[in-house]
Amino acid sequence: MTQVTAERLKILRGKIYELMELYPSYQAALLPSFFAAEEIFGFISPEAIGEISNVTGVPAAEIRGVASFYAMYKTKPMGRHIIQLCTNVSCMIEGAYSLVEYLKEKYGLTPGGTTPDGRFSLVIMECIGACGTAPAMILDTDSYENLTKDRLDTLLESYK
Amino acid sequence: MDERIILRNTEDPHNASIAGYMAYGGYKALEQAVGEMTPRDIIDEIKSSGLRGRGGAGFPTGMKWQFASLDPKFPKYLVCNADEGEPGTFKDRPILEHNPHLLIEGMIISAYALQSTRGYIYLRGEYPHAKRILERAIEEALASGYLGNDILSKHFRFNLTVHSGAGAYICGEETALLDSLEGRRGLPRLKPPFPVNSGLWGKPTIVNNVETFANIPYIVSQGAKAYASIGVKDCPGPKLFSVSGRVNKPGVYELPMGISLREIIYTHCGGIKGGGALKGVIPGGISTPIIAPENIDCPMDFVHLPKYGSMLGSGAVMVFDDTVCIVRVYERAMKFFEHESCGKCTPCREGTAWMRAILGRIERGDASERDLETLQDVAENVTGKTFCPLGDGAAGVLLAAMKTYREEFEYHIKNKRCKVQ
Repeated sequence: MTQVTAERLKILRGKIYELMELYPSYQAALLPSFFAAEEIFGFISPEAIGEISNVTGVPAAEIRGVASFYAMYKTKPMGRHIIQLCTNVSCMIEGAYSLVEYLKEKYGLTPGGTTPDGRFSLVIMECIGACGTAPAMILDTDSYENLTKDRLDTLLESYK
Repeated sequence: MDERIILRNTEDPHNASIAGYMAYGGYKALEQAVGEMTPRDIIDEIKSSGLRGRGGAGFPTGMKWQFASLDPKFPKYLVCNADEGEPGTFKDRPILEHNPHLLIEGMIISAYALQSTRGYIYLRGEYPHAKRILERAIEEALASGYLGNDILSKHFRFNLTVHSGAGAYICGEETALLDSLEGRRGLPRLKPPFPVNSGLWGKPTIVNNVETFANIPYIVSQGAKAYASIGVKDCPGPKLFSVSGRVNKPGVYELPMGISLREIIYTHCGGIKGGGALKGVIPGGISTPIIAPENIDCPMDFVHLPKYGSMLGSGAVMVFDDTVCIVRVYERAMKFFEHESCGKCTPCREGTAWMRAILGRIERGDASERDLETLQDVAENVTGKTFCPLGDGAAGVLLAAMKTYREEFEYHIKNKRCKVQ
């Protein structure tokens, strides 16, 4: 989690103004602004919501309502690295749930949780479009496919 | 079909760059369209080609374009639906990651035909790699004069933006997608009015799937007749099939529309993994009814599959062998539908949760025979009573599975364990 400072809020403000140029309505800049807030603060912090509301004119309550509708937004502080593991049908039949068990055993990581050292958070996903190379996950913004316990182990060790 | 149209050159890593794409004749169709054809000519050509939308509904593309072009309101918006959130579907991914300029060229030609000046690619948030590739491709197209304010010096203006979704399956439904693009919760809208007349910000809007746009350059450069000679009469053209599950060679295949499931599984995908017996196939993504092994000779297209009690959907083939428990598959599928129900209408919001809860009991071995009756009853009562196809699809696929694999559901209840494991 990155500290909220006036300087970082200013960066976010500049980004929101840029995004608003791309659409005929200010509200349309909300979804990309959330991604910008996550990039700057690690999650959509209350201060970021306030800033997005100030710039776009959309009430903060509505902004919270929009952000909470979408599964991928981080509305609370998360670990340094986010594991988004798919367990939908194709991944399930290729063993995704055994990987969920393994993460629990080895890292004490449960779905929706974060490791005590703040290194990893685990999010269970509803299909990430890698069904032909199942099981699969997105780690931060990188996609990994054909996972096995060993491969998962090796991969996670490269994310400190 | 010997020649690949949509996946052409995708094995070449340079194909994602504009130089690589142009080396294979890329953007020639756009030059031909803008230089030699009127917008009306293009719409007529698309209509004659018989192209049907590749997102799942199979609506005739040319007709959709004509409706939007006849609407006198301006501006007109062009939206590419790159959400593909249906479990089993990953057919658009090779286009987005390895052939982005084919999509962009298709969209620019469409924009010219519709006199649209603004376009958005609504890309699912789960494809961060594709976002980087698309954004770079858009910059390259701008620098080369194929996008921007004076395309090919013809006073034709079109600008394109990639807009990321954030993990909501419902946003693949075109009206929910539009709500999401406008910066709101992605809830489906009441139709009519249809987006072609009242879409983004109330203006005429064309929403087409990635694969649909990817067909456009070929139709313009080779003509409707050449295109219509591929596939079957009522559903011409090539089709991308994304195959997953228990086959030896899963992946994305470009094959003529109307090919049989048997040919896809046994000729192209190398048959069943481990040599097991085929148990069932979902032909078009998780929201299309399952097909029993005795029906795998069915032609894969929008016309024939309904005769076998299923649908082509997005062409996402999911193959199950005899090691797969059907009850477990549908419990997991229902968990997905429950999670992804937008909550706007009660039958879907409550029905999917109820069906998931009963399926959970059956799968755990805690269910009674009465539960099976209740499950059937709930599913029948959700069918036809939901605002958009999500709830309807969830109930429909479950009913089809309960009909074909009834004995397996009953086994779970009676023996309090799975028949397979």
